[in-house]
Amino acid sequence: MRFAFTDDQKMLRDTVRDVLQRECAPEVVRTVWEGRPEAAASVWATLAETGLIGMAAPQDAGGMAMTELDSILPLEEIGYAALPGPLVDTMAVGIPLLDAAGTDAQKAQWLEAAASGHAKIVVAFEDQVIVPHATSADVLIAERGGVARCVPMSEVSAIPERSVDRARQLARIHFDERQSHRMRDDVDGQALLSLAKERAALATAAQLVGLSRRMLDMAVQYAKDREQFGKPIGAQQAVKHRLANALIEQEFARPMVYRAGWSLSTNQETAQVDVSLAKIYAGEAATFVAKQALQVHGAIGYTIECDLHMWMKRAWALAATHGDSAFHRERVGRHVL
Amino acid sequence: MDLNFTPDQEAFREECRSWLEANVPTEPLPSGDTREGFRKHIEWENELFDAGWAAVSWPKQYGGREASLVEWLIFEEEYYRASAPSRVTQNGIFLLAPTLFEFGTDEQKDRILRPMARGDVTWGQAWSEPNAGSDLASLTSTAKRVEGGWRLSGQKTWSTRAAFCDMAYGLFRTDPAQSRHRGLTYFMFPLRAEGVTVRGVDRLDGDEGFAEIFLEDVFVPDTEVIGEVNQGWRVAMATTSSERGLTLRSPGRFMAVASRLIDLYHRYRDRSDPVLRDRVIQAWMDAQAYRWFTFQTVSRMMQGEPIGDDSSMNKVFWSEMDVRTHETALALIGEASELDEGSESAIDRGQWMKGYQFALAGPIYAGTNEIQRNIIAERVLGLPRK
Repeated sequence: MRFAFTDDQKMLRDTVRDVLQRECAPEVVRTVWEGRPEAAASVWATLAETGLIGMAAPQDAGGMAMTELDSILPLEEIGYAALPGPLVDTMAVGIPLLDAAGTDAQKAQWLEAAASGHAKIVVAFEDQVIVPHATSADVLIAERGGVARCVPMSEVSAIPERSVDRARQLARIHFDERQSHRMRDDVDGQALLSLAKERAALATAAQLVGLSRRMLDMAVQYAKDREQFGKPIGAQQAVKHRLANALIEQEFARPMVYRAGWSLSTNQETAQVDVSLAKIYAGEAATFVAKQALQVHGAIGYTIECDLHMWMKRAWALAATHGDSAFHRERVGRHVL
Repeated sequence: MDLNFTPDQEAFREECRSWLEANVPTEPLPSGDTREGFRKHIEWENELFDAGWAAVSWPKQYGGREASLVEWLIFEEEYYRASAPSRVTQNGIFLLAPTLFEFGTDEQKDRILRPMARGDVTWGQAWSEPNAGSDLASLTSTAKRVEGGWRLSGQKTWSTRAAFCDMAYGLFRTDPAQSRHRGLTYFMFPLRAEGVTVRGVDRLDGDEGFAEIFLEDVFVPDTEVIGEVNQGWRVAMATTSSERGLTLRSPGRFMAVASRLIDLYHRYRDRSDPVLRDRVIQAWMDAQAYRWFTFQTVSRMMQGEPIGDDSSMNKVFWSEMDVRTHETALALIGEASELDEGSESAIDRGQWMKGYQFALAGPIYAGTNEIQRNIIAERVLGLPRK
């Protein structure tokens, strides 16, 4: 029993954190929000250079063959920075799925390109038609009628829809299902799709932990700086207790996410339930922390001039995606009762 | 990261489990917070000590097994899984002993630890005073220097099971010129000595689990001081994190309660609804969250990091979880939940209502949750004190 990350895992986290601090300041997120997704192109390229985007790809495709557990801390940092774009789809879900289930031609076309940051993958499970980041992606992996397909975005019509988180750039997609899009049928496609869904939920949970941390940091800083009645509002017990509650929710979500990362990486029997616990705790903590952070900021937090709203809206969106609490609670319930 | 237990740890679990299965009394003992029940619990503690299970993490010379923190958590999981009796020695072994290990002299450890763990000498805590609860540093009990020792005077209160215990420990003001947390000294003192009056106080559930202690010029020799004179606050605070954190309420306890709740749900599910079902699931999930949070903490401690103020998060979490879990149980039982222990028709011998009343103390003792939230805000988040 050793519940701790290795030095290598922490080093990768630090590298990603440094890149994001330098190249993904809130202004970048804000620019993407305003409809210019190209503002995040340079941070995407730098993250690819560090090897992060291709970390799960095999070494012969330019990757590092790393596990879900290795990706947890970097994903937390990505949440912390509210990095825009289909990073989770590409890095945590698309690349490993393509590697395991792509035909030779599909892999040749997309795997190395995705791992090196030159192609973006988006994923649509279970006949899902509204897909985040579809308009800026290069290739779509879509589950249609239980079959996985890999479709170049040039063959997909994508009509924009609007997310409350404008940086998510949703689109309603449609494409003609052609034989040539099908991924390999000599592998257990159902098992691979099911694993991909677990990875998506886990990666989303890890980002939610990062989002919580950032919102709490913002709120704590604001509570230290903002003075009323001649002292910082953070000296008031009502504010302190609100923020203490936020920290407790966040800190009890974290080990659940880390454990799920370990379970999935090592194929534990409980992996699905552990992923559900991670998603429930991380999603509920993030929406709870968001509310506390908003209240502590007061009226300025209730504007789009304050950065908080971009993190808050990302948290709302991610808490509901890849299985909301109701979905995952049902899964846990079937296991427990 | 490796969240599997090692073969040695699994073997340790197996050893705990088989001993407990063979030895835990089949009939539950009467409450350890009553005079009669306390005696029965002490007999159990004797048995536990003689088999080497009373304080598994202690050095062998004091009757322990030198178990690691992970093994200690495993022991706790098995202990509560087996529904073994509550630990009436806990104020000694979990609260005083860590202080003795850190600050005690060899003479003190040799004299005190084994009889404490066997239950031959029983210990109560004497922190609070009538006017010093959350604001413990405002305490006014005094210790006056005399030939060969000290004379203690004052009043202590909310001392758990002190009505049945032999000894107690607490802080006394030794330097009247200094105020608040300066000038205090950590003393151990006898409860059955000249000048000591102990009055039992019935708790919310009616058991005499509390006591007030009145001290009038009670003599204690110098050997009863722990740490340095006038440094008592530092000595006491160094180990409060163990009380708030994992040693007082390890995850095993809550995992066992969650399992019993699930069992209750299966027995009463016909009158259940989706809301109650979700609350049962939540109770199980929270016990899991506390378990993994604790294993994470313990892994950090085993790498040499202090638990520190993070223990305040543990305390808020487990105490509020425990209240919710018992509320869910009472909601499942419905109308029959009012049937108290001792009532023939009570479900599960009335233990859910009893447990609920005990759980309600959690957010109050060991530093109220309001104080814990102040600590979290000020020392973990760095918010200004004033």
